[in-house]
Amino acid sequence: MISFQGITKIYPAYAGCLMTVALEDVSFGIKPKEFVSIVGRSGAGKTTLLRLLLAEEKPTQGQIFFDSIDIHQLKLGELPQLRRKIGAVFQDYKLLPNKTAYENIAYVMEVIGFSDREIKRDVPEVLEIVGLKDKANNFLAGLSGGERQRVAIARALIHRPEVILADEPTGNLDPYHTLDIIRLLLKIQEMGTTVILATHNREIINRLGKRVITLEKGKIIRDEEKGRFIL
Amino acid sequence: MGWTTFRRDGELALATLFILVIAISVVTTLFLFREMSNFLTSALQEKVDVSVYFKESVTETEILDLKEELAKMEEIREVSYVSQDQAYKDFVERHEDEEIIMESLEEIGENPFLASLNIKAWKTSQYGTISTFLEHPSFETLIEKVDYFQRKPVIERIFSLTGAINGVGVLFSIILVIVAVLVTFNTIRLAIYNSREEIKIQRLVGAGNWFIRGPFLIQGVMAGILASLICLAIFGLTSWIVSPKIEFFFPGLNLFNIFTENLGLIFLLQFLAGISLGIISSLIAIRKYLKV
Repeated sequence: MISFQGITKIYPAYAGCLMTVALEDVSFGIKPKEFVSIVGRSGAGKTTLLRLLLAEEKPTQGQIFFDSIDIHQLKLGELPQLRRKIGAVFQDYKLLPNKTAYENIAYVMEVIGFSDREIKRDVPEVLEIVGLKDKANNFLAGLSGGERQRVAIARALIHRPEVILADEPTGNLDPYHTLDIIRLLLKIQEMGTTVILATHNREIINRLGKRVITLEKGKIIRDEEKGRFIL
Repeated sequence: MGWTTFRRDGELALATLFILVIAISVVTTLFLFREMSNFLTSALQEKVDVSVYFKESVTETEILDLKEELAKMEEIREVSYVSQDQAYKDFVERHEDEEIIMESLEEIGENPFLASLNIKAWKTSQYGTISTFLEHPSFETLIEKVDYFQRKPVIERIFSLTGAINGVGVLFSIILVIVAVLVTFNTIRLAIYNSREEIKIQRLVGAGNWFIRGPFLIQGVMAGILASLICLAIFGLTSWIVSPKIEFFFPGLNLFNIFTENLGLIFLLQFLAGISLGIISSLIAIRKYLKV
């Protein structure tokens, strides 16, 4: 369903920083309904990988296919169609600051063109799932880091995307909520969604017993079907 | 949705609104100035004329014949005959209260005034042609003098003044409009720069370009409408207050009348200026943030 073919991403030297090789000749495929974890130290290239898949950035070399479409050949006007199939939880949340928790989640449904009735039905439900029912009308400023992260997760799920990209979705959560979220991701995957999870939480990875791709300095050093967190 | 963001982004929206009000005011002021200067220059030109004085020996019929002939010239708008008696009466009327002048007039004992034709041309520049025509030797026996040459400096000064007013006005208008447009554009650009992260996020969750632009455009339109309404109120009020003072200096020039007579046009002008500035600036400013 998704395949990375010989992906290299180099950030050019800029304002005194040296040239950075974020990914080097990375190739792998992901089957539909698979649960894949990507692990590695900070700076190993996890986030870059997800950014490339969302076409937020272009690879220096190589191709990425999504349902046999080369996504970096898509025009700017065609990208929204691709992105609507993907639900992303960003490391820095990327929530809309001038909107409430409810509106942030509803926005994605509006973008896709769900009716007001469907929005009114689904959003409270998903807020309930992530445990933020009574914070629905809080603006971002009135939410804690963990709460924001859960809003971001809710936003990624709401439109039942084909793929969920989760970049450190539990980075700001206490162990109790962490477990909840991971269970939620597993449940979603069981219901037929592909999940790509980037994390450096050893405990989660070891407990999952799913496929693990380990990155180090931009290269894949391990890709195991029932992987463990080994660095 | 545009309204909600407008309300929540209060400060920035207020700044944009303020700049738009200024830009629209500039446009409106220029329009009113143009109307006023048109009025003044035509009033000034109305006052310019040339008189042809006839020798005492010339009979009234001869003068009226010439008048007929002159009236046929296409440069001439109006010719009026002032007889000797009429000239005397006019003079007395004008200087009634000035004893010395009246006394000296009586001392002369007879009517010292000459009959004349008063000529008005369509344009100030045509007086030269007309007086050259009258200077022709065939009229030498009839005409005592044409006062064009005495008045030439004044006429030419008026001519060059109205020309200069129009020239400077046009130049000034163009500069002011450019400045207003640039300032407005920059303010809106800053407002949208402020939202660049938001626009990027919207792109990343799959929003189409028009879906993202929509609220910004609605905001632009709303700011434009609001600004033009504010301007209309400001100008209505100021012209009503200032009008009597201007009329004191330039009799017949009623700013408030100009304003009310052109109300529809002014409103349209302000509306168009406000909305198009809002929309076009937003569209241009937002473009580069959509390239994610």
